Amino acid sequence: MTALAALLTRDLRLAVRVGGGALIGILFFTLLVTVVPFAVGPDLPLLGRLGPGMLWLGALLASLLALDRLLAMDHEDGTLDLIFTARVPLELAIATKALAHWLTTGLPLVVAAPLLGLLLNLDPKATGAVAVTLLAGTPALTFIGLIGAALTVALRRGGLLLAILVLPLTVPVLIFGVAASNAAIVGPVPFGTPFTVLCALTLMSVVIGPLAAAIALRQGLE
Amino acid sequence: MMELVGSDLTCVRGGRQVFRGVGFTVCAGEALLVTGPNGSGKSSLLRLVAGLLRPQQGRLKLEGGDLELTIAEQAHYLGHQDALKPSLSLRENLGFWTALLGGDAAKSGHALAAVGLDGLAHLPAVYLSAGQRRRLAIARLIAVERPIWLLDEPTSVLDVAAQAMLADLIRGHVGGRGLVVVASHGPIALNGAKQLRLGHQADQGTSP
Repeated sequence: MTALAALLTRDLRLAVRVGGGALIGILFFTLLVTVVPFAVGPDLPLLGRLGPGMLWLGALLASLLALDRLLAMDHEDGTLDLIFTARVPLELAIATKALAHWLTTGLPLVVAAPLLGLLLNLDPKATGAVAVTLLAGTPALTFIGLIGAALTVALRRGGLLLAILVLPLTVPVLIFGVAASNAAIVGPVPFGTPFTVLCALTLMSVVIGPLAAAIALRQGLE
Repeated sequence: MMELVGSDLTCVRGGRQVFRGVGFTVCAGEALLVTGPNGSGKSSLLRLVAGLLRPQQGRLKLEGGDLELTIAEQAHYLGHQDALKPSLSLRENLGFWTALLGGDAAKSGHALAAVGLDGLAHLPAVYLSAGQRRRLAIARLIAVERPIWLLDEPTSVLDVAAQAMLADLIRGHVGGRGLVVVASHGPIALNGAKQLRLGHQADQGTSP
């Protein structure tokens, strides 16, 4: 437990220090959502309709952008070798890293979404729905991304390949995230139906992601 | 009595056979010096023992160790990369390793002093020289007690004084019934260390 706690603390610390990159995702998210009203035009009802989708799209792309920092840096400087020789299961160690990654890149997106919702003419109810669905769905993006990060860990600058590998797997999360947000705003489906599926996707990815990523890392030993 | 035995080890990397049929035995209180030209597989052999590579063939066994742990979990691997985070201070870097590898947090201050870096404990690691970075990596061996040390070219960036310090540490570890495997082409003052020469068949570049 101490080992995992140390890993979590270290990753959180690294993310907020100089060059940690915790802000890259959130800045990208802000930029993207800020320019949408300029691209779409000042049609308030249209913006309101597009809003949840735009926020989700921004969150998805921002998480993809941050993924190549998840394991690659620890691989380059040899930290991953040390994690292999630690007396904790590899699955738990990388799940801890993914958790730290979500706390520093996913959670800020959830917090920023309500503020950016103002720019997209979302009413408080819609804003709340988007924030709740992002809170439930962004962990899935990180833990699915963990598999891609493990597969591409040995490739230098594997960022784009990583995005191509991970993006198709995250489409269900995007679909049900936006569906749940829209269900809360306009109906007619009850909010609970797509939201439950979204939560199920997250729970599945939290279990499968670390297991698959650990297999990928071990295969990379050859 | 602890004994690390490798028998008939064959290592293949990237389709090229690095070495074949390598065997060795190291007992507690012994050091093994692995020598050989560049590319003869010294680093690969250490990574094999550390569980960071899989042997194509052959067996690695640790007699008398903790049966619930793998060899890697009882070993320190000091590779070419120092696993340092530049934005963390020396104390934070060492504290992280100590907690991750299951050591005693109280010992990390002592370990910094042992490698002569206690005056810099609060400095971010980005300001360290290559030799100081290696010393900090060596501090990990002292902060966390593990019976097997796997050292890959540990002296490559160290100055003369630090090389002597490292040789002292190795002698101390061997004297305390530890077990050391050092890969090096430079001279290391290790009296009575066993020798393993690699690179006889590897230079022929045979493919598997």
